[in-house]
Amino acid sequence: MKSVIAEDLVKTYDKGNVKALDHLSLDVEEGTVLSVLGPNGAGKTTTVRILSTLLRPDSGRASVAGIDVIKHPEKVREIIGLSGQYAAVDEILTGYDNLVMFGQLYHLGKKQSILRANELLERFSLSEAAKRPIKTYSGGMRRRLDLAASLIVKPKVLFLDEPTTGLDPRGRQEMWGVIQELVKGGVTLLLTTQYLEEADQLADEIAVIDNGKVIARGTSDVLKKEVGGERLEVVVESQHVAKTREIVEKVSGHSASVDEGLRLIASPVSTGSAALFEVLKALDAAGIHALDVGLKRPSLDDVFLSLTGHVAEVKVAEDQETPGGSKRKKEKTR
Amino acid sequence: MSAFQDTMVITQRQLRLLTRVPEVLIFSTIQPIMFVLLFRYVFGGSIDSGQPGGYVQLLMPGIFVQTVAFTLAGTAAGLAEDMKKGLIDRFRSLPISQSALVLGRTLGDSLLNIVVLAAMGITGLLVGWRPSGGLLNTALGFLFLLGFGYALSWVGIFVGLSAKDARVVQNVSFLVTFPLTFLSNAFAPTTGMPRALQYFAEWNPVSTMVAACRELFGLENQFGATAGSFPSENPLITSILYMFLIMAIFIPLSVRKYKNVSN
Repeated sequence: MKSVIAEDLVKTYDKGNVKALDHLSLDVEEGTVLSVLGPNGAGKTTTVRILSTLLRPDSGRASVAGIDVIKHPEKVREIIGLSGQYAAVDEILTGYDNLVMFGQLYHLGKKQSILRANELLERFSLSEAAKRPIKTYSGGMRRRLDLAASLIVKPKVLFLDEPTTGLDPRGRQEMWGVIQELVKGGVTLLLTTQYLEEADQLADEIAVIDNGKVIARGTSDVLKKEVGGERLEVVVESQHVAKTREIVEKVSGHSASVDEGLRLIASPVSTGSAALFEVLKALDAAGIHALDVGLKRPSLDDVFLSLTGHVAEVKVAEDQETPGGSKRKKEKTR
Repeated sequence: MSAFQDTMVITQRQLRLLTRVPEVLIFSTIQPIMFVLLFRYVFGGSIDSGQPGGYVQLLMPGIFVQTVAFTLAGTAAGLAEDMKKGLIDRFRSLPISQSALVLGRTLGDSLLNIVVLAAMGITGLLVGWRPSGGLLNTALGFLFLLGFGYALSWVGIFVGLSAKDARVVQNVSFLVTFPLTFLSNAFAPTTGMPRALQYFAEWNPVSTMVAACRELFGLENQFGATAGSFPSENPLITSILYMFLIMAIFIPLSVRKYKNVSN
């Protein structure tokens, strides 16, 4: 059974000048996780806001657990949990105060609200910070509390709008752990993210959206297959990066992504080792010595690149080396 | 019934915020007290009010009204802040009555007004204010002030929901309430103003509120209300009408705005 259905949703802002959703359709099977993946401005938040009754679409239909979102928003609100891009909790109040307040607003009664608050604080490792104002919390703690607030009545459907945006790698890992626990518990989850890795980790199915439309959907494996073949990666010395890119693009027939810091040129290829050989030959002919070459299984980055023709992280502010040496993207949050 | 409970939970939140950040309560009390002292001792000596008991008798109702009018900014800024933090989205995604949040906030702000008015009243008594309308009328005067503050907090709700930034809200509210409270009979006679302003000041709800309070506190002199116009002759009735008018306009507007706040 489909727990969440969105059909043909259209939403424009600014008197029709900005098209946020352009006939978007998607659905989520009960008890599964759908990740809505896309860059900033693709329409992810608008989709979540419509499904969680905060926003009315210009046209189209949407339902959650069989209840029409537009006709019966008050009934939908009883069965959903929403955790947004910002930690939407009262910063001045303590974690405990917040959860008790939200419990009361879910009509649990004072006693039940207190019990539930303590239970959730315990579960999300926030018991020690329970009596501190939220403004003293770290980003990860705030997100966990925000998530806890959306779980007070054990929602049938949970919407998480970019639950890890702005968190450091450790906070992100913790959040993933928490979400994976939830998923094991059988909740139906719609999760938006701009992190391809996140979608890969958490979702049963992925819907890639761009410019207010779903441009591809399927399991991570299916999407990767759709791109076809593997990904070729070459590392060269910095003065050869531009020339190498040319060569790689010529061989692969796709545009290549370049990581200047790592001097890494990557592109999806469909002919596997033949392409690798060809690139090496061409590099040799150009007198370029490759420091490292390899074929990798395609990442979702490649999926996005080949689906949209542009890279997913449109708002990458800077690249930062993490202590472990792996790269992470630091993104500007709006 | 649950709508009432939801409202109470929101009101409780407002009060809890005051206990968590006592500075808010302290400063919202100190500012009007400062006004009382400044006006009493800076202008009190030079304004010839012709009022038995001195300028302070006329001043106190003026400052009371000014203070409740200024709380509009607090209501608006608080709400704008909640919007920015995404808290309004969370509240709107809850299965609660759609008016509970705004209703709860207006009630919470009214409770704050009670504390502030009490502190000012005590200060007034210390510096020579002596309401002489009898206990009942004096109490009625304070009730009026609370009613006026309550009506205005709905304007604050609307402003807060309409604006994008809490600082802008603060400035806009100030830009509106400051002239409104001074283009009135609150601090000086309106008779000295240019004709057009005099006309405005007479119909200004702040003036009618001040005049109504003066009446209830037992004063004869209406301090500049030129005789003959309806509001200056009937400040009580006019004020009541204003309060209902403000609420009749801004309650539905605010509730509607809240429901559609992200559309």
